[in-house]
Amino acid sequence: MQIFESIQSHLTRCILLTIFTFGMTISGSLSAADPGSTHEEKEELNVGELIFEHVLDAYDWHILTWKGHHVSVPLPIILYSAENGLEIFMSSKFEHGHVSYHGYKLEHGHILAEDGSSFYDLSITKTVAAIIISILILCWILIAAGNAYTRNKDQAPKGVQAIIEPLVIFIRDDIAKPSIGKDYYKYLPFLLTAFFFIWINNMMGLIPIFPGGANVTGNIAVTMVLALFTFVITTINTNKNYWTHIFNAPGVPWWLKFPIPLLPVIEIFGVFSKPFVLMLRLFANITAGHMIILVFVSMIFIFGNMNIWAGYGTSVVSVLFSTAMLMLELLVAFLQAYVFTLLSAIYFGMAKVEDHH
Amino acid sequence: MELVTPDIGLIFWMTLSFALLMAILKKFAWKPILQGLKDREESIKESLSSAEKARDEMAALKSDNEKLLDEARLERDEIIKEALATANSIKDEAKADSSKISGKMLEDAKTLINSEKQAALAEIKEQVASLSMEIAERLMRRNLSDDKSQRELVDQFIKDVNTN
Repeated sequence: MQIFESIQSHLTRCILLTIFTFGMTISGSLSAADPGSTHEEKEELNVGELIFEHVLDAYDWHILTWKGHHVSVPLPIILYSAENGLEIFMSSKFEHGHVSYHGYKLEHGHILAEDGSSFYDLSITKTVAAIIISILILCWILIAAGNAYTRNKDQAPKGVQAIIEPLVIFIRDDIAKPSIGKDYYKYLPFLLTAFFFIWINNMMGLIPIFPGGANVTGNIAVTMVLALFTFVITTINTNKNYWTHIFNAPGVPWWLKFPIPLLPVIEIFGVFSKPFVLMLRLFANITAGHMIILVFVSMIFIFGNMNIWAGYGTSVVSVLFSTAMLMLELLVAFLQAYVFTLLSAIYFGMAKVEDHH
Repeated sequence: MELVTPDIGLIFWMTLSFALLMAILKKFAWKPILQGLKDREESIKESLSSAEKARDEMAALKSDNEKLLDEARLERDEIIKEALATANSIKDEAKADSSKISGKMLEDAKTLINSEKQAALAEIKEQVASLSMEIAERLMRRNLSDDKSQRELVDQFIKDVNTN
């Protein structure tokens, strides 16, 4: 675990020393900074806003801005409030925040009720759409692989089966078996699903254009749900030993438990900090990766604003580094999926620790 | 800060879709994949162990064959030896027998010849005696005045004997 954290910090340091870019996204994303802007306003570059626009969720899937026109994929908006009932409409109705629709308006990427009342927002946002796309891809690939096992039984794997199989074996034999122990089998569906879900979304996040580019695994809600799954599965599969170790750890002097239950408090804190750290690690790694890329992409334009030739000069370096960065991110994409799966498996194993005192 | 504030709608969709994904994959992907892997591993293990067993059996069979062959060879050698010994003894016996028989035959022949010879001699003696008696009788009966007539007489007598 520490190895990965040290790798991670090392990577971050490397990243900070490097300038990255991905040329394809530059023109579209930067001109999208302010939709209503005139030519003069466009020159003003708000890097912070730009970056958050890319990293955060959105109600439509922006592809590019061409001569002041936004090209984006509209997504369904689902709102429910006690007064207005259920409202389902496409995000294109807002016309990028210029008009309000059925008493709702879009302001700085947030939907607000015009009368200020509260409502539930269950919209299919960019992240939800990306999750659905990734789920479809996963189902397609993995069910195809699954069918291959029933079709050519006991044969050497081929095609998609041969790609999936080493990963499945890796998770089964190198993550689940050593971390969980004898009844590892029932945890495998979660571990495998989590691994492939995180990995494919990390990878799709690296693709700059439409079906990819959404910051799914760098969204705190997504990582929170994943961590909650781990937490719930851990908690419902605990044994007596686990709770004994938390509330009344054997072999610990009594004054650590009474009158101030120091150790139980620490242990209970640990129960919640484990999934919390799981949530933060994935979120922070992926978001940081995206943000750092964007910061250095923006550098071209910061320099370009000062002097057009400085911008050209920076872009050459940026494009060179972008290749290196993408390779690094490919590694991080796999690594974070692996770390999440491994730590989940370790927590599952800890919840059913055998009494060895 | 918005970046670290989880959105309720997203939590809802993520929970729903991840649970759904897990259920779908569990049924249609992980189960067949894990089962297939397990089956294949077992079948490989089984084939390996059966191959091992077959090899052991082959080796056992081979050593058995070797042993059998050795035994057969030994037996063959013994049989040959025995046969040779028997043949030799038969030959020796036959040789001894034949020499004995021939010796006996020779002996028999010798005694027969001897006895025949004795009988012949006795007969000759008898005949000589009777002839002498006859000659003497005739001589006496005839008048033998000269040597010439005596000679004639003897010749005639011998001629008579020859004709006999």
